[in-house]
Amino acid sequence: MRKIENRTILNEIQAETKQKIDQTRMRILICAGTGCLAGGSGEIYERMCELVKENPNVEVKFGAEIAHEGVENHIDIKKSGCHGFCEMGPLMRIEPQGILYTKVKLEDCDAIFHRTIEKGELIRHLMYKQDGMEYPKQEEIPFYKKQTRLVLKNCGHIDAEHMEEYIATGGYQALAKVLFEQKPEDVVNEIMESNLRGRGGGGFTTGYKWQQVARQKETTRYIVCNGDEGDPGAFMDRSVMEGDPHKMIEGMMIAAYAVGAQEGYIYVRAEYPLAISRLKLAIAQAEEAGLLGEHIMGSDFSFKLHINRGAGAFVCGEGSALTASIEGNRGMPRVKPPRTVEQGLFAKPTVLNNVETFANVPMIILNGTDWYKSIGPEKSPGTKAFALTGSVKNTGLIEVPMGTTLREVIFDIGGGIKDGGNFKAVQIGGPSGGCLMETNLEISLDFDSLKKMGAMIGSGGLVVMDDHTCMVEVARFFMNFTQNESCGKCVPCREGTKRMLEILERIVEGKGELGDLDLLEELATMITETALCGLGKSAALPVMSTLKNFRNEYVEHIVDKKCAAHVCQAMRRYVISPERCKGCSKCARNCPAGAISGQIREVFKIDNDKCIKCGACESACAFDAIHVEG
Amino acid sequence: MLDQAYYDKAQEIIEQHGVAQASLIPIIQDIQTEYRYLPPELLSFVAKQLGINEAKAYSVATFYENFSFEPKGKYIIKVCDGTACHVRRSTPILERLYSELGLSKNKATTDDMLFTLETVSCLGACGLAPVLTVNDKVYPSMTPDAATELIQELRGGEA
Repeated sequence: MRKIENRTILNEIQAETKQKIDQTRMRILICAGTGCLAGGSGEIYERMCELVKENPNVEVKFGAEIAHEGVENHIDIKKSGCHGFCEMGPLMRIEPQGILYTKVKLEDCDAIFHRTIEKGELIRHLMYKQDGMEYPKQEEIPFYKKQTRLVLKNCGHIDAEHMEEYIATGGYQALAKVLFEQKPEDVVNEIMESNLRGRGGGGFTTGYKWQQVARQKETTRYIVCNGDEGDPGAFMDRSVMEGDPHKMIEGMMIAAYAVGAQEGYIYVRAEYPLAISRLKLAIAQAEEAGLLGEHIMGSDFSFKLHINRGAGAFVCGEGSALTASIEGNRGMPRVKPPRTVEQGLFAKPTVLNNVETFANVPMIILNGTDWYKSIGPEKSPGTKAFALTGSVKNTGLIEVPMGTTLREVIFDIGGGIKDGGNFKAVQIGGPSGGCLMETNLEISLDFDSLKKMGAMIGSGGLVVMDDHTCMVEVARFFMNFTQNESCGKCVPCREGTKRMLEILERIVEGKGELGDLDLLEELATMITETALCGLGKSAALPVMSTLKNFRNEYVEHIVDKKCAAHVCQAMRRYVISPERCKGCSKCARNCPAGAISGQIREVFKIDNDKCIKCGACESACAFDAIHVEG
Repeated sequence: MLDQAYYDKAQEIIEQHGVAQASLIPIIQDIQTEYRYLPPELLSFVAKQLGINEAKAYSVATFYENFSFEPKGKYIIKVCDGTACHVRRSTPILERLYSELGLSKNKATTDDMLFTLETVSCLGACGLAPVLTVNDKVYPSMTPDAATELIQELRGGEA
């Protein structure tokens, strides 16, 4: 690639690449995000390449829809980032028609090539279907139609491994704009004015952080990107890093210019190997083109970027723990002040934002603050990406304007509850967030509304739960997670979460007492008020919110020793239905505890005192005669 | 005492990252990638080369879950127990793998050094829950039976 020595060359590359893309007869974008790769999209890509190579002079016709008839007989096959519709993967998008094929298999490739690409026919079984309708075009699928994809705009539409593609979409134009048209303080003011709030959890005003760093006396300053997306059930940042890495890098560079930083670090969790390799490649390409390094695009601005891999500690998502980890120490938070903006990485002033926050920056610079503030509520403007998972029909990565209601997200975009189940709860914000129930569905998704409800956006994981989920067990699950991940530095978090976990374990084992609920509340308040860092302070939220919204389930576990969702093993009671049992003795032979007895050809019986609730009998029974009672 | 080749490799990795405290974690990560575990002798060696005391290096290596002083199996299976996988029933998959491999919470690696079984909090592949990975390859929408088949397949490849 040409060295981008000045703004003119950047513009030329943009125009040239865009022209090349427009001239291709057809572009086939095969999703190469973590999800689709797991479904075999790598092999699908190879096969499609083979097919095109075998037919180099193929006459491609696509009816009247082809906008560029006769320009160049060229088919472009690319690996793209995550399209977001992970449930339907592997996904294949065909441009310019905008067709989206879902659940593509290796054996479909020949048909796609010979029918869709050569003859312009649609293949029905690969089209997305919902409520009896077929949707050949991606943009018309309800899952996409109701979204506003700004941060994720390029994800799935460009080849994440080629920087020119990003440049063709207007990439690095925002950087050029600030470098050649704006003073650093103007950039800070603009971000401040836009009211952009940190997408990583608390929703702190980004411009304010930048302003603080820019005001420090110390002139060695750092930009750190928090890509340690550790909340279980969240993968927005992973998709940005994999699908559009340059957008986030450009955001970091704009931040560096605004606050006068010389170096930047991206901290990515080790569980994201693909994101790490894509970022490394993106950095290498930017360096080669002169977009990273000395005198970027001929300006006075110089910037270096490093990548650090996490090593499996959730607490490193906390700012001061993250910088400690980059420095080569145990990742433990420290007492503040001094804050990260004063003494962050290597004790120097540091701007620390997460991936999605940085990815918002270039479009604010390019389109202006008025445009940005026109999206979503005034105090939480812009869009937010959510990872929609759990018992919902359309799982995947979505982006909606702030202020969209939970109902719209779960039922309109997510398509409602999977397998005809009933909605029970939605967990938002991971281990630092809370569980909301049906009466909360009209709540608007923005920082302030959620905080009022005792939940938080966190990094944006939305895990939908149906009536097969036990809320007490969910609370135990999160407490187990937090307890495991507590770094141990402060007593409230280290000891408090352990005691809370013990109580919750007791309750799910059927050994709880009513006094336990008061004790849980007391401990939760104590931890929230006294823990050292944000993770400790929010550790009790999943318990607090389930206690508030689903208190009856706790009481049921304690008083009636019953788990209505049949999740808690200790409370299961297996029974043999006399109408169905044929007396074959298979269950008795499979029971590891010797708890089943009976005569051949007569109804067998389970001795519940001996039963260890393992469920071996239930799966062994050929007549579907064994069930959990209740 | 480890073979000299181990120390030479470690030295090579140190030189790639540079002698600084901040290089400690990347260095021991690369050593672990190389040997699938972090030989304690090499941690001491790295500490000495970087000029930091051994206790400090040890405190860092033990803090992070990814580092293991015990050799790991050829196939490292990570069962995701993130929220999305958990509500889509990842626990029965883990239990099946424990019984299939004769492992438990306290015993993570099989005696033949073929399999190591771990749980992780989230692999970020929530859309495909429940998932597991074998040496970083993601297996989507798992069930206990599919896990059994996978083990048989991996074992078959070894025979």
